[in-house]
Amino acid sequence: MKAAAFAYARATSVVNALELLAAHGDKAKVLSGGQSLMPAMNLRLLSPDILVDIGGLAELRGIAVRGDVLVVGALTRHVDLLGSPEIALHAPLLRDAVAHVAHPAIRNRGTIGGSLAHADPASELPACVLALDATIVVRGPAGERRIAATEFFKGIYETALSPDELLVAVEVPVAGQGVAFFFQEYARRHGDYAIVGLAACAVVAAGSFSDLRLGFFAVGDRPVLAAAAGKLINASVTPALLAEATAALADELDPQEDQQATAAMRRHLAAVLLRRCAAALLARPELEKGATR
Amino acid sequence: MTVTRPLAGTLSVLDRPNSYIGKTVPRPNLDRLLQGRGQYVSDLELPRMAHVVFLRSPYAHAKIVAIDADVAKRMSGVIAIVTGRELEAVITPWVGVLSHLKGLKSAPQHAIAVDRACWQGEAVAAIVATSRAAAEDAMEHISADYEELEAITDMRTALDPATHVIHPSLGDNLAFERTLNAGDVDRALLGSEVVEADFVFGRHTGVTLEPRAVVADWNAAEARLTIYQGTQAPHMVQNIAALHLGLREAQVRVICKDVGGSFGIKVHIYADEMATYALSKLLRRPIKFVADRVESFNTDIHARDHRCRGRIGVRPDGTITVFEIDDLTGIGPYSMYPRTSAIEANQVVNLVGGPYVTPNYRARARVVFQNKNVMCQYRAVGHPIACSVTEGLVDLAAAKIGMDPVEIRRRNLIADDAYPCASPSGMKFEQLSHHASLAKLLQMMDYDALRAEQAALRARNVHRGIGIASFIEVTNPSAAFYGVGGAKISSQDGVAVRLDAQGSVICQTSITEQGQGSESSTAQIVGSVLGVSMDRVRVTLGDTDNTPYGGGTWASRGAGIGGEAALQAAKALRQNILDLAAAILQSTPAELDIVNNSIINAGDGAPRMELNELARIVYFRPDTLPPGIQPELMATRHFVPRQYPFAFTNGIQASWLEVDPETGLVTLLKHWVVEDCGTIINPQLVDEQIRGGVVQGLGAALFEKCVYDERGQLTNANMADYLVPMSGEMPDIDIGHVVSPTRESELGAKGAGEAGTAGAAAAVANAVNDALRPFGTIITEIPLTPQVILTALGRI
Amino acid sequence: MSAPVSVSLLVNGEPIDAVVLPRLNLADFIREHLKLTGTHVGCEHGVCGACTVRVDGEIVRSCLMLTVQAQGASVETIEGLSDSGEIADLQAAFRERNALQCGYCTPGMLMTAQDLLKHVSMPDRPAIREHLSGNYCRCTGYQAIVDAVEATARTRAERRA
Repeated sequence: MKAAAFAYARATSVVNALELLAAHGDKAKVLSGGQSLMPAMNLRLLSPDILVDIGGLAELRGIAVRGDVLVVGALTRHVDLLGSPEIALHAPLLRDAVAHVAHPAIRNRGTIGGSLAHADPASELPACVLALDATIVVRGPAGERRIAATEFFKGIYETALSPDELLVAVEVPVAGQGVAFFFQEYARRHGDYAIVGLAACAVVAAGSFSDLRLGFFAVGDRPVLAAAAGKLINASVTPALLAEATAALADELDPQEDQQATAAMRRHLAAVLLRRCAAALLARPELEKGATR
Repeated sequence: MTVTRPLAGTLSVLDRPNSYIGKTVPRPNLDRLLQGRGQYVSDLELPRMAHVVFLRSPYAHAKIVAIDADVAKRMSGVIAIVTGRELEAVITPWVGVLSHLKGLKSAPQHAIAVDRACWQGEAVAAIVATSRAAAEDAMEHISADYEELEAITDMRTALDPATHVIHPSLGDNLAFERTLNAGDVDRALLGSEVVEADFVFGRHTGVTLEPRAVVADWNAAEARLTIYQGTQAPHMVQNIAALHLGLREAQVRVICKDVGGSFGIKVHIYADEMATYALSKLLRRPIKFVADRVESFNTDIHARDHRCRGRIGVRPDGTITVFEIDDLTGIGPYSMYPRTSAIEANQVVNLVGGPYVTPNYRARARVVFQNKNVMCQYRAVGHPIACSVTEGLVDLAAAKIGMDPVEIRRRNLIADDAYPCASPSGMKFEQLSHHASLAKLLQMMDYDALRAEQAALRARNVHRGIGIASFIEVTNPSAAFYGVGGAKISSQDGVAVRLDAQGSVICQTSITEQGQGSESSTAQIVGSVLGVSMDRVRVTLGDTDNTPYGGGTWASRGAGIGGEAALQAAKALRQNILDLAAAILQSTPAELDIVNNSIINAGDGAPRMELNELARIVYFRPDTLPPGIQPELMATRHFVPRQYPFAFTNGIQASWLEVDPETGLVTLLKHWVVEDCGTIINPQLVDEQIRGGVVQGLGAALFEKCVYDERGQLTNANMADYLVPMSGEMPDIDIGHVVSPTRESELGAKGAGEAGTAGAAAAVANAVNDALRPFGTIITEIPLTPQVILTALGRI
Repeated sequence: MSAPVSVSLLVNGEPIDAVVLPRLNLADFIREHLKLTGTHVGCEHGVCGACTVRVDGEIVRSCLMLTVQAQGASVETIEGLSDSGEIADLQAAFRERNALQCGYCTPGMLMTAQDLLKHVSMPDRPAIREHLSGNYCRCTGYQAIVDAVEATARTRAERRA
């Protein structure tokens, strides 16, 4: 199990990286933390002609607050998200999610940019940026563009990035007053990819949701911002209403079947997550049981 | 520790001052492994060594039409590309049958497939190159033309007349069938409540962390093949390699240093290993084969792919009247060599109902061929199947008559004073301790309190369960296992012990070490019997040139059989030393003893002579010895059990867990084991064998399954998709012991290596069903995945 | 294409200059070029943890890192941690508790355990289990390893007190 041969270029700047990508087109792959790319290459599932290593680009590192936006550099590693006071203060959802990503040795190398650009529908961070209503900042030959997270994920391992573009940062709105988060995923073992997971961001006021964004993952070919959340906004959440929302959720999702779960099981687990999310965020444990059986 | 029966007579050779027996002593070889200085085969490099990679069939069943390697052969670093037909000139095919398994049949298997591949992953060509990467590069440029054939994948239809026969010369797809009918089942069923269930087991595999690895070094000048291999049975490898390469055994040396996990995976002879030996002979240079992880999943033996219909009869008073099973298993396209793939089903028949007094037992087991990877013996062979079926049925019977699972066991387990006795399948039990073990288990887990806690939590919608599983375990196998069937697999072991010139001890043993602590237990026995401190005992193992001939370490036999050989060898050397010391000291052997590296007066303990002084005289000043004395400071002894074909052990396990009925996820909270392996040489090593074994059983219960599609493709052949147990999900495991030594040996030790695996899955399955009792559902399938549980609960 | 690349790094404190193919991962470089065979290879796709080493003080999977990515880095392997005495107490605890059987996972397990103990002075058992949850051990069932790590944490805390 050895990777096929490839050429290697260590980018010296973002501009240099973009030049390399322009020169090699889709025969090149960007190497960031490499924690998804390297297994695929070792298994020879992927054999790029050239790797463009952006790991040394200091300009892509760091977490900063600019006004009411938290800017997270693409090379910010999972371990950095876990330990960052800014993340803990302004976007704790990311911290909570990262605790579920693989294991410490992986989190020491994996990056947020790599995770988002890789766009594995079962991974945590893409669903988080949906829930957080984040913006993905990319740079290409024509300059910089900003893509709403909701527009970024296009399919399994597919994004709005073109081969000559580089994901450089993520902009996350700073959490305001009354914002609450929920993160939970079901996996058979610690650190495994989730069977189904939910990253949620809500504004709770007077016992009801004035906003609710539900980012489900491992429920289809991309992370899903569930429209069913709308049923619970500005409404008195009763078990019946929750049942209505979970039914709508089941209709809206188009989960894949794999060795872990059938589509029906994923719909079921998504509904369980929604109930548990509502119960937790509204601090009403009785909602968890739902109006069922 | 509860001792049910002390050894007869006075103090044994083990009850000596400074004895290491029964004491936790750190293993002497650990620092090497802790500092990264182990010597695993995958670490080994030899001059001129080349690497082999195998092109493997992408189809489960296919005719090999053509293999075009012209381009690949010209690539950088490539030394040779060899097909099955070409390798046939060097190595002969084999058939994995044993004569005592009547009717067992299989077809000739080649080191590399010739004409036809019979499972996805069977090697069809070998690429030898200067590096593994170069060989893999070349492999991508071989064009192999196949004609896909119908793949037989479902064991349930393998015997249908309409199903294609994999090996036409065999007539059908039935490899082996055994039936048994003891007592009067039909009569006993009258007047009994009867419960039936289908038990389904996931096909799983060993996943040794170091994959299978071999370096074969044919030295044409010496006409000798040296095989460095992580194996449990070096002399078996020597025999088989010589046989099929046309060599005398003396021309083959097998060396086995550190082994990165084994568990039965490395006790077999694999086709790609045979091919590696043959390639070394063909190419006259050292060849290294280390399976990568994908190859491991596709070619390491699989196990436990059984479907077993079980039936139990029970009377209202809890008396179990009948066990009945109909077991079906699919073993892949060949019976594995040389131990065969019929043993697991045979063991299931032998072991079902084994802990209980029930005399009426009817069984059928059928073993069928299919186009999947081969199955064979993996840790606890057949035991998890037999235990899960038996204990699942006992719980079903208890539920049927409304009896507590503990009570029904108490009423039916063989009484502790009923031995010796035999099971309906003819298994002979020397001395077991089911009731003492059960009593101890209940005390350790505080059964009544746990039941109360369960009830309280259930009222709060928290669903926890208790599962109990009694088991028996086959250990210390005699020649009844393989030898009587014609396999050259030794059931005896030998140990040579000698005193060196500074009074230290060199000990060579034919058992092997894969982490169990063979080296430690041997040194403990030898040191204790001789009166020498352990730091003066050096143990050599894993080298056919430098150890006595013997079986190795498998089937929970190392401590019991190899340990007794060590004891007897040390006793013989001790006598030689005392005879000599008596002559030198003008005393008698009876008046002397050896304690703490010195000859002393047996009576008053006064020191007489240090062992190094005795050795000095013997080796350097024999002229000063009394006339007529010829010192023999080396002694060799061998041992094999003769009275009992197997030294059965027994034990009982319990699982405490929580099921989330909304997600189907199971959380293991605690696990208990009480086990009786006779004399305990090193309590810590025994406990750790059991813990490790339990966790392998927990993997089977919750996680592990080789998932094949209908075309015979293994779809989860990697460690991300095949789930092994990891630390985060495993519970702490409490272990207790009851001690019933075997009288077959002076040591009294039975095996303990497979006890944990034997009963763990059964305990978990029973606990899950116990947790789900309010939902009125019973699950008799493992692994108990969320999908399985949610489906059973009707949630999806 | 795929021409060899020169790389300079520190391995266990020793400066190493090498010319390697880009595809050579750090695990194979450590084992095959430097002959430091204490770093083991178990799965080569980042799941088993046997190849765990430290790069610039942080644990990584060396099968998921290219040698060329270690340019300028300080790499530490089990041989380095053993020879420096940094984990002598942890190794002693593993020995006392028989927290290894075949020993193949052990170097990676020690690396990961030491990483935890550097970050958390008194981890509880669930925290130990969680931190080690990416390191596969088929032999022990993990409990002995958890015990050994817990014992080491305790003795280190006592030593500090």
